[in-house]
Amino acid sequence: MPDSQGTTLHPRPVLAGAAGASAAAEANSPAVEFRDIDIAYGKFVAVRDFSLSIRKGSFVTLLGPSGCGKTTILRSIAGLVDISGGQIMIDGRRVDDVPIYKRNIGLVFQSYALFPHKNVFDNVAFGLKYRNVPKPEIARKVGKALEMVRLPGSEKKLPSQLSGGQQQRIALARAIVFEPQVLLLDEPLSALDANMREEMRVEIKKIQKETGITAIFVTHDQEEALSMSDRIVVMNAGAVEQIGTPEEVYEAPATAFVADFLGKANMLAGTVRGSDRKTAVVVLGTGQTINVACPRPLADGSKVTVVVRPQKFSVGAGASANRLTGRVVSASYLGGSAIYEIDIGGKASLRANAPITGRVLREGETVDLGFDAEGCVLLDEGGQRIS
Amino acid sequence: MRETRRKQEGRWAWRLTGFVTVCVYIFMFAPIVATVILSFNASMFGGFPMTGFSLQWYGKLMANEAVLAAFRTSLWIALVTAIVTTAIGVTTAFALVRFDFRGKQALSTLVILPALVPETILGVGLLVLIKAVDQPRTMLLLVLGHILLAVPYVVLIAQARMIGIRRVYEEAALSLGASRFSSFREITLPLLIPAVVGGALLAFTISFDNTSASLFWRPAGVETMPTQILSMLKISISPEINALGTVMILVTVGIPLIGGLVLQSLTKLRRRGEPKEETQ
Repeated sequence: MPDSQGTTLHPRPVLAGAAGASAAAEANSPAVEFRDIDIAYGKFVAVRDFSLSIRKGSFVTLLGPSGCGKTTILRSIAGLVDISGGQIMIDGRRVDDVPIYKRNIGLVFQSYALFPHKNVFDNVAFGLKYRNVPKPEIARKVGKALEMVRLPGSEKKLPSQLSGGQQQRIALARAIVFEPQVLLLDEPLSALDANMREEMRVEIKKIQKETGITAIFVTHDQEEALSMSDRIVVMNAGAVEQIGTPEEVYEAPATAFVADFLGKANMLAGTVRGSDRKTAVVVLGTGQTINVACPRPLADGSKVTVVVRPQKFSVGAGASANRLTGRVVSASYLGGSAIYEIDIGGKASLRANAPITGRVLREGETVDLGFDAEGCVLLDEGGQRIS
Repeated sequence: MRETRRKQEGRWAWRLTGFVTVCVYIFMFAPIVATVILSFNASMFGGFPMTGFSLQWYGKLMANEAVLAAFRTSLWIALVTAIVTTAIGVTTAFALVRFDFRGKQALSTLVILPALVPETILGVGLLVLIKAVDQPRTMLLLVLGHILLAVPYVVLIAQARMIGIRRVYEEAALSLGASRFSSFREITLPLLIPAVVGGALLAFTISFDNTSASLFWRPAGVETMPTQILSMLKISISPEINALGTVMILVTVGIPLIGGLVLQSLTKLRRRGEPKEETQ
């Protein structure tokens, strides 16, 4: 099991602090730094004790369900939301009291927010105009930015004449043309249709790499987060659940929430029956006994949850350490693979995503599910990963 | 069977609806049409039957110095009312929609109150107030009164439009470096233009049309168009009044119509101009 670095098992308040500390160690001069941010709307606390340090030139994603505070944090960097405690630094400068129009940040909205009465040129030139850039220079920079988003020659069009994807490209050009210190992207792909979304994903990432701009991206879509980010901050209910690279948060979720939110992992409740430094024997609630990798000995009888990703199951025959037998409840054929819902006797059925070798299983068939002892993560009773 | 009965019921319902609709329209427009037609009547008496076509009553109107003075007065008052009311109304709507402050609910109710209070009450009220502080009735008072009457409508129009302008536009402008004032001037105001034009036109017609409140507020010896018509009616029902009424209808209906058309053609031109540039 790959171990995540330094951001593992702690109760929540300590986790946030530890995350800050680990981040501080890696970054010489962070592009954006949050120190113990609290944000409250009246009595409702949207964000609690949030600390994060973002390295220059990196692509960081705030990932979480709606209402988890990710957008609020993004808006607090922009200055659209006032923080009620803590400090925000951009390039080492404290910006809590700096009004939004003096912060020098690029902002891309979910709804594009292109000025409908201005043409593409005036939209993109807007930020440069307010920075007193001379006119020939504005024309040159706008042209360059439009080339970068692959829409050269569209200067005279109105936003209403562009497709959603094109509008979002212009919005991106408008946000980066004046070389802001940070680029903030608030669910920029959510309003696009599926094909466009994938294309824009690649595009945004490419432009971010080319310009070397620090980007903070907000999304509730785990695929976007996993495919684009250098680091992912998984958030829930106004607090950080885990900070790590895409591989870390996916392979080694720190909490039950992360395991469930990223990739809908299977959660098997069980009780420890004997363990050593490497493995633990767990008796599942449904009666089966399995062996799982465990970094330290656990007390007999302690309640644990075994997290197994749908892809970690081998369906049918296979030499695996663990074997569960169940009945296929439903099968969805996806072409290269199939997703099975398999009832092994518990309250919820298991999800297995297996490549198709031979034929697709049918509903009602009995099937063996195999998985390796290393292919799963153990959570303690509080839902925190055991390490 | 049941199916056909239901169909028949439906047909009768439609017929009835159509009949009522036509009746309502006749009721609404017959007086206007009658006035316009009778203004071209050659007869000495301001009523049917028509005896011939004539423009004499318009000629008489043109020669009537009192009517011309009243027309000029009304035009000036309506123009000033439109300009001032639009400025007040748009900024009020902006504040009511964009900002949270104490007493916002109370303010938004108070600002439309003049539209709910009967005009006669308002007329008497303002008059009593002026008397109480021992001030004469002046043109300024009359204009202020008209502004008071028109502000609620302009606020309502601007508010409806303002709600439709998403906040992200302003946020985008701010994030790009525009100050709050610049973002209002460059983004919010241009997007509000339909409400600004619409509000101004409505304020103009409200002022130009106003009768009862103007009767209370006008200074001695000053007549507006509607009060002029009233005083002429007291003497006789001359066909001249029909001509005057037609002019009134032209102004109060024509100006908003022309304004709307101009606004529409402006946006159309902008849209139509674009693809041309694309093919160049």
